[in-house]
Amino acid sequence: MPKESSFEVKVGLAEMLKGGVIMDVMNAEQAKQAEEAGAVAVMALERIPALIRKEGGIARASDPKMINDIQKSVSIPVMAKARIGHFAEAQILEALEVDFIDESEVLTPADEHNHIWKHEFKVPFVCGCRDLGEALRRIGEGAAMIRTKGEPGSGNIVEAVRHMRQVQSEIKRLTTMNQDELMAAAKNLGAPFTLVQQVAKLGKLPVPNFAAGGIATPADASLMMQLGAETVFVGSGIFMSDDPVPRGKAIVDAVTYYKDAAKLVEISTGLKSAMKGVDMSEIPEGERMQERGW
Amino acid sequence: MKPIGVLALQGDYEKHLNTLVRAEIPAIDIRYPDQLLEINGLIIPGGESTTMNDLMKRVDFHTHIADFAKTKTVMGTCAGLILMSKKVKNDDQINPLGILDIEVTRNAYGRQLNSFVDTVEVEIDNDHSQQEVAFIRAPKISTVGKSTTILGKHNNDIVAVKTGIHYGFTFHSELNENEYFHKCIFSDNIDFQKENNAA
Repeated sequence: MPKESSFEVKVGLAEMLKGGVIMDVMNAEQAKQAEEAGAVAVMALERIPALIRKEGGIARASDPKMINDIQKSVSIPVMAKARIGHFAEAQILEALEVDFIDESEVLTPADEHNHIWKHEFKVPFVCGCRDLGEALRRIGEGAAMIRTKGEPGSGNIVEAVRHMRQVQSEIKRLTTMNQDELMAAAKNLGAPFTLVQQVAKLGKLPVPNFAAGGIATPADASLMMQLGAETVFVGSGIFMSDDPVPRGKAIVDAVTYYKDAAKLVEISTGLKSAMKGVDMSEIPEGERMQERGW
Repeated sequence: MKPIGVLALQGDYEKHLNTLVRAEIPAIDIRYPDQLLEINGLIIPGGESTTMNDLMKRVDFHTHIADFAKTKTVMGTCAGLILMSKKVKNDDQINPLGILDIEVTRNAYGRQLNSFVDTVEVEIDNDHSQQEVAFIRAPKISTVGKSTTILGKHNNDIVAVKTGIHYGFTFHSELNENEYFHKCIFSDNIDFQKENNAA
């Protein structure tokens, strides 16, 4: 009997996206540009994080028609975002047959205590995290891919670096512990014990670990890959820049050749201005998207 | 002995590298065309065929792999098989290498909801077996040329083929810790000394 939608099949698609760039797009035309630039997948959303930040209001899942137009325009996987805890939005996205659902802090949360129970869905989910405990809680709920939260729409890499370093150092710490220390570690992390055991043994997350939030340049992409990311999401960084397609291509190249500084010189040369970006001190604490999620 | 290379531009190349290592076959990742001189065989992994094709074009990998394939074995899984085919029926953005005499259709099973894991029956070099493999947004082989041997089917679909010294699979064996295919195809490269030492 074929096993459809098993956890293995969900993680399988995440494996295929490794070493690539997933780009945020707001319409079919941008989706085609992203595909032309070499994106491995597109994230369909009505407003990219930088615009949500600027315009305010409640950010919800996108119009099905807009997602469907994008699905028809490209052959690569199409992802879409649902609000944290909004399982009805996720059910609609699944019925639309999107290839991945991002339960995302970029949208306004719908539930301040619970995330979606993702095991129940046939479509795989990706979720954001700031530390290992958060990553393992999401995997416990059924996420097949984890990404750093960073600070969405900021064009500022500092938070994604903080979150990736935090996750990696907590993983390293687990691998040095004895069996009898792992229960207390699970308690302190607020993470499921069996997943803590698994991470201690593997020395990595049991699902692919991607970077997101603030990536704007080829060098940002290389930095995140060198810190242990297996793929990068670029949200506002491409279509808020002055030259989306060349910049998209350059970031795609940077992910493949992330260890080759000479090649990165070539890749980074001659691009127009990156998105302007904001310093973290300009974003009041209550308005930081990364704080959404529990 | 020269190692087996895994094309590491994008996709699940790490899974292939790990599989080769488990099979005691020396392996390296390949990102530049001149590295092809250092290897004895090449694996083109799964991933997004449009992205891999684009990254290959940027450094003229197409010409170099086509040359390499004149004397050395190339194996492809999923997107790798698409890139090795003669023609991609529903995508003219991809420039296939033409080293497998087949025509393929991309994403032929549908979107991710239609991805699955199942058992396939295969016969490689007179060895008949059943293998559990994963079909992730998999392609289908629509036409097989005269020079191509069918190595396996799933239901009525051809899922494993061989043209000359080259092998193509529409599925992934590398995702579920299965070394069977890598061992069969690259057995001449197994480091027996290492294996004997381990035993």
